[in-house]
Amino acid sequence: MIFALILLALIVLCFMFFIGIYNGLVGLRNRVKNAWSQIDVQLKRRHDLIPNLVETVKGYAKHENETFTKVTEARAKAMNAGGGSVKDISAAESELSGSLAKMLLTVESYPELKANQNFMALQEELSSTENRIAYSRQAYNDEVMIYNNKIEMFPSNIVAGMFAFARSDFFEIEDKSEKVAPKVSFN
Amino acid sequence: MWELIEQNRRKSKIVFFAMFLVLESLSILIGLSIYSPDGGYWGALFGFLIWIIQSMIAYYFGDSIVLSVSHATKVSKESYPVLHNVVEEMKIASSQKSMPEIYVVNDEAMNAFATGIRPEKSAICVTAGLVESLNRDELQGVVAHEMSHIINRDVMFMTFAGVMLGSINMIAKGFFYSTMAGNNSRRSRLGSRSSGGHPAIIIATIILAIIAPLLAQIFYFAISRKREYLADATAVRLTRYPEGLASALEKISGSAGNLVFYNRITAPMFIINPMALTDGESLLDTSTHPPTHKRIAILRQLQNGGKVSFRDYQTVFSKENGRSRLIPDSALADKGDVAVRSALQTDSEPVTVSNKARKITDMIMATNGFLFIPCTCGLKMKVPPTIGKSQIECPRCGRSLTVPSVTSGITHTGEKTKPVEGVNSSYLRTNPDSWESCLCSCGHSIQLSPLFRGRQVICTKCKAKIQIDYPE
Repeated sequence: MIFALILLALIVLCFMFFIGIYNGLVGLRNRVKNAWSQIDVQLKRRHDLIPNLVETVKGYAKHENETFTKVTEARAKAMNAGGGSVKDISAAESELSGSLAKMLLTVESYPELKANQNFMALQEELSSTENRIAYSRQAYNDEVMIYNNKIEMFPSNIVAGMFAFARSDFFEIEDKSEKVAPKVSFN
Repeated sequence: MWELIEQNRRKSKIVFFAMFLVLESLSILIGLSIYSPDGGYWGALFGFLIWIIQSMIAYYFGDSIVLSVSHATKVSKESYPVLHNVVEEMKIASSQKSMPEIYVVNDEAMNAFATGIRPEKSAICVTAGLVESLNRDELQGVVAHEMSHIINRDVMFMTFAGVMLGSINMIAKGFFYSTMAGNNSRRSRLGSRSSGGHPAIIIATIILAIIAPLLAQIFYFAISRKREYLADATAVRLTRYPEGLASALEKISGSAGNLVFYNRITAPMFIINPMALTDGESLLDTSTHPPTHKRIAILRQLQNGGKVSFRDYQTVFSKENGRSRLIPDSALADKGDVAVRSALQTDSEPVTVSNKARKITDMIMATNGFLFIPCTCGLKMKVPPTIGKSQIECPRCGRSLTVPSVTSGITHTGEKTKPVEGVNSSYLRTNPDSWESCLCSCGHSIQLSPLFRGRQVICTKCKAKIQIDYPE
């Protein structure tokens, strides 16, 4: 009689333990999803900042039209790539970063613009946004690591297998320009 | 990171109950040594009340008390955009849901602290001196350290531990003062009732009343030191750049002692204890924080190692401090590598709006032939070429300084020319105490310094005389 009671208690305990693990896994998976959407929030913030920045620079650097159109096009492309795959998003965003960098390079030749209060505030906002994008990616990768660890380690891997919790992928931005080494020829 | 929070919660509860037990035993014993045995119940009740009241005050008002003692004022995003952005970046990196409030203390000394029992109702406070002197990487390191305190629930833990310590101290002191003061009168009053307790109880009470505060103090300091290391570890895991925090700590340790508004209670909450650097009396207080040079050494080793996961911090920590274990095993499960990033800001001078503006105006003045005259008090005077005097007084210290090679009628190239007879135009100064520009008829603009009180200037381009008039 007592033996049966003890066995029952043990089974109930195991059951509660597994429920705890399952809930934990669900919580972690949701954190990963949330972290992903945070990246989107920061990317959108960058998209919203750009028109203002372009207008301010246009006021001083009236003849750099090509740079401005490139930035505006890249921005439109990035906004369209919004809901797509990680590859598309990261490709569009790095193109936008590239055209922005070129535009900021032209700013160097306009010292009045560099000293303009409005422009300096916008530049601070822009560099902060770049930092925020980087940190939201970092936070996303941290969450993915925690989640993947939980899925793969014992004993939570049992529960994970039972309910088909899948691994998440890290968010890696492929910057092709970084990987290609410059060719030097002496002809 | 979450394991650290869990561990903190558990430890908080343990500390809570352990110190509560000490508190209650002390008050029961004290009660028993005064009236026995009823005194025991009264003592228990009294101790409990003190503890509850102090806990509630700490929980509901602790934040505002600390902020007002430090004379901290809340600041808007418009006045401190970089600071707000840095805090928000750290909030994103740590996946926090709510943004802490940001306060600034108007003090030149560099220091920072955080308050907040829960992340939803927290605040980060820095001194004005800190914001102005640190570059972005260093500021980020400090902000990350303070946010780590909030995230790891250190503030909650240390507040409750501090309240315990305070209550125990209060009760023990109260006991000693009352026995010293009321010894004779109490004996005679108690004549009829069961008199003051058994001598053994009294002795036990005295012993406990001496030991308990000491033990609680040692316990409090040891925990506080550990919390600082943990906050460092969490901070670099967030910023991925230990050198930022390391050089910030270096800069702060040079100036933290000059902080004006703090007391014995708020001092341990700062990133570097301001008392540790001023009084000799605070020999015990220094141990609320680990030695700064050790913290910096650990951080720099991490920077060189290139990896900043908790396991890496633990490895370096064990090297510096022997066998001590800082981080619980469950938090060391970071399977991946957490790599260091590169610096955000490469130039060493803090890039503030005032610095940039100053650089630009200096450049303009130099091209217009202004003379830069440094005084020994540190003021750098920028004197217009048309000042017309050979001796000027430093506006800060009053020393009389020679203006090199300035005589009336000089042009910006330094040669003497004959001024043209007849004044061509006049200009009324509207604001003699600030920079003004007046336009010559040839189109050239002339800058008038706030120190300039001459009645005439000569246009450097066309040599025309312009009369300068002053308002009454």
